[in-house]
Amino acid sequence: MNDITSLTLTQTISALKDKQFSEEELNNAYLEKIDALNPKLNIFLEVKKNTRGIPAAIKDVIITKNIKTTASSKILSNFIPQYNATVIGKLLENGVSVIGKTNHDEFAMGGSGENSAFGVTKNPWDFSKVPGGSSSGSAAAVCADLCTFALGSDTGGSIRQPSSFCGIVGLKPTYGRVSRYGLIAMASSLDQIGPMTKSVEDTALVLDWISGADGYDSNVSSEKFKVQSSKLNEGIKGLKIGVPKEYFGEGLDPKVEKVIKEALKKLEELGGEVAEISLPHSQYALAAYYIIVPSEVSSNMARYDGIRYGKGRENIGAEVKRRIMLGTYSLSSGYWDDYYAKAAKVRTLVKRDFEKAFEKVDVVVGPVSPTTAWNLGEKVNDPLKMYLSDIYTISANLAGIPGLSIPCGFSEGLPVGLQILGKQWDEETILTVGYAFEQATQWHMEKPKL
Amino acid sequence: MAYGETQAMTKYEPVIGLEVHVELNTKSKMFCRCSADYFGKEPNTHTCPVCLGLPGALPYTNQQAIDDCIKIGLALNCKISEKSLFERKNYFYPDLPKGYQISQYRWPLTVNGWIEVEGREEIRRIRINRAHQEEDTGKLTHHGGSTLIDFNRSGVPLVEIVTEPDFESVEEIRDYSKKLQQLFRYLGVSNADMERGDMRLEANVSVKREGESELPKYRVELKNINSFRFMVAAVDYEIKRQIEALEIGERLSQETRGWDEDKKCTYLQRSKEEAHDYRYFPEPDLPPFFLDPKKIKEIKNSLPELPWNRAKRYQTKLGIKKNDAQHGRKHKIIPQEIANYLINKKSDINTLLPTQIIEEILDKRVGVIENEEELEKMAKEAMTENPTAVDDFVKGKQQAIQVLIGAVMRRTQGKADAKRAREILEKLLK
Amino acid sequence: MKLTKDQVKHVAKLANLPVTEEEEEKYSEQLSKILDYIDQLNQVDTSDVEPTFNVSGQTNVQSEDKLGVCLPQDDALSNAPKKENGFFVTKGVFDNE
Repeated sequence: MNDITSLTLTQTISALKDKQFSEEELNNAYLEKIDALNPKLNIFLEVKKNTRGIPAAIKDVIITKNIKTTASSKILSNFIPQYNATVIGKLLENGVSVIGKTNHDEFAMGGSGENSAFGVTKNPWDFSKVPGGSSSGSAAAVCADLCTFALGSDTGGSIRQPSSFCGIVGLKPTYGRVSRYGLIAMASSLDQIGPMTKSVEDTALVLDWISGADGYDSNVSSEKFKVQSSKLNEGIKGLKIGVPKEYFGEGLDPKVEKVIKEALKKLEELGGEVAEISLPHSQYALAAYYIIVPSEVSSNMARYDGIRYGKGRENIGAEVKRRIMLGTYSLSSGYWDDYYAKAAKVRTLVKRDFEKAFEKVDVVVGPVSPTTAWNLGEKVNDPLKMYLSDIYTISANLAGIPGLSIPCGFSEGLPVGLQILGKQWDEETILTVGYAFEQATQWHMEKPKL
Repeated sequence: MAYGETQAMTKYEPVIGLEVHVELNTKSKMFCRCSADYFGKEPNTHTCPVCLGLPGALPYTNQQAIDDCIKIGLALNCKISEKSLFERKNYFYPDLPKGYQISQYRWPLTVNGWIEVEGREEIRRIRINRAHQEEDTGKLTHHGGSTLIDFNRSGVPLVEIVTEPDFESVEEIRDYSKKLQQLFRYLGVSNADMERGDMRLEANVSVKREGESELPKYRVELKNINSFRFMVAAVDYEIKRQIEALEIGERLSQETRGWDEDKKCTYLQRSKEEAHDYRYFPEPDLPPFFLDPKKIKEIKNSLPELPWNRAKRYQTKLGIKKNDAQHGRKHKIIPQEIANYLINKKSDINTLLPTQIIEEILDKRVGVIENEEELEKMAKEAMTENPTAVDDFVKGKQQAIQVLIGAVMRRTQGKADAKRAREILEKLLK
Repeated sequence: MKLTKDQVKHVAKLANLPVTEEEEEKYSEQLSKILDYIDQLNQVDTSDVEPTFNVSGQTNVQSEDKLGVCLPQDDALSNAPKKENGFFVTKGVFDNE
């Protein structure tokens, strides 16, 4: 083998087992590559020169003990945590080490990576494009082979959309599958940590490692996710695949639509039974989302007062400020019924849409994003336009269901991601679909020339 | 009763509601497992990511605190809500590490209760709006031009008991506060020591013209008052101040006032312009509580007979007068004891004074447990159960021993000699 | 729904956010635009719909009342910009909450 860094996580583990290379060689290979590429891509905010462990890149909203954790914000630019997030503890127990902390939109708020206080991460496929966000650095790191896998967080698409833009595999697990203890909160009722990897199999393995109750996050299910490789191999013959008509309307780039339609054809070839379904309240999901998120943000951001850690509130960036303002307004006296409570009711309807759909189908499939990666700077001055690019991903967060993004083709040289949504707690089925697609296609093998 | 009787023209009635905060004596804090026993400890030694509000930390509810809140609610005749949520109360203050307090607003654990209080003339019901669960804040000390913060108290469980504006006199306030204090100690949920801040009172005071049905448009909050006596004085003062103000045509407004004990007057702390907007919403980090009626019943059955119910029973069943009943209540004599006494002595109830019966029972009870070893064992248990009291005593706070004596008496159901218990405790504490 | 500059100022105060006059202008415009978009929720009939605040499906999650490990004082204070004798320090506040 010529390049250690091109191996998937599962391949790396078996190569280590077969003593094809040592953990030190593995780490050095990645560190060399980081040295060469990070200055161009601006992926890592912090790099740890380990000699042991399987190197993982961690989004910098995830707390790492004694390793600076900034949330890509000036306000936490000097914060060295006193504890580890649950997921970090679990990774360490499985022989993983933190090779670095990745850049992202400040406090995970944004869809392009451009809201970082420490500069934008470039898309490895095209340096003039955004890598997607908010888990921009984690997606770019996996894409550019600067880690064996990465962790991201997803509140409205922040794992799936950059995974789609960078051509990697990303999973937002069911809400409550993975402990959020140590995830710097954005919108607590929607946030989930998830794997960002080079293959579907890797995602299943990482989810196995990081899931399960910890006695710290009250919302976590005691049932741990356990990957059954036999199940992944089962294929999708007879599996019912729902395609929501609402995800193929106005706003979807026809070139992206074409790639998605081809992917659907592929799933049919593999034995899936594709049928159109309806998620009638999809059109209201974004509006509900933009009440719930800022409201929770305004409260979650209140702890940053510069007394116990961090700097003063004047160090909060523009998008975060905007959401604090919007959320403070929508929660303020007299607006409860019109905003938060109203949005929570619409959330019920969005959730019910999925429950109804899943009475008829096993998974729901569609695009991750209406477009491929856009130009740097293109949407920075129009927050609403930026928000609209989350239109297909936010529903899964509102409903709490799992969503997977897998590479399914290219449009004008840029990756397109296929989104596979599943029932609550049923990551297994969406991973099975993803795995079957991956086995039958080569898209996940495509790498940018760097 | 009416205030302002000297004025010939108008008579006024006070409208008073009380908010009582009581700190629970659980081992660990409300939402983390740091020790809740913070009193007198080195600053910031009882903290963790959760109660320091570090980024990424999450709350995890203490079951004992929830049970204690339900006990208090049940004792105050509250309904236990089928569904209850924690909510965030958002405001900025340096003692509030998360920038919000986890509290309850729209979905409290217990609601709509009542308690009987004695005023100047009659016994009346005060309606309880709610008894809900929340967490305490850190402690500020002002030092020179700066403020020092200790977060040991941050996250200690609190129950807040809110009444409707039903009080008509300061006597009722005094009786209510004392009854609650007694209740907390009876239930064993708090030491309810006012001076230490285990129990805190706030009053909402306004006045209206006598006979007017509508509530006044304003109310004055009296806060940070750390004794029954001062609270009574502050409310008394405030009623007079408000009547005088209304008499000269002033408009009263929403504000928060404190009590200046030296000058014996209330003073302005916060005016309406600075009124809070707490932006409550359900705490997303904590899933809802659905309270199982079976469990509620279990808790209800486990409650001791409440002091005022016991007193009432003496009065009605045994024909004991109020003061005697209270006498019995004070000594925790249960009716069974009285019955046994009467049967054994074959006494004629008509020839004995109730006070006599109580005294004789007490005499008889004393010394029932003479076994030194047994007493010592109970004293030791009382000490392990009440580490705070032990600490305080060791630090020189003599009264703290009362808590321990109380605990021994509870364990022996009063069948120990309090003096002897004290001696043993003093010996053990040396 | 138009958010005035005065409302922006009030909200900024509630949120404890320093906002410049220029930002007031900007937020007034941007937030109004977002609120207009959000207004479409009024088209949805939610009269018989229960709100969803939590999608984890968990209920009654509680811990036994037992003691865990606290941070040593030095660790608790390790990120504090100002500390003194084991206390966090902030500029004087004298108004009582």
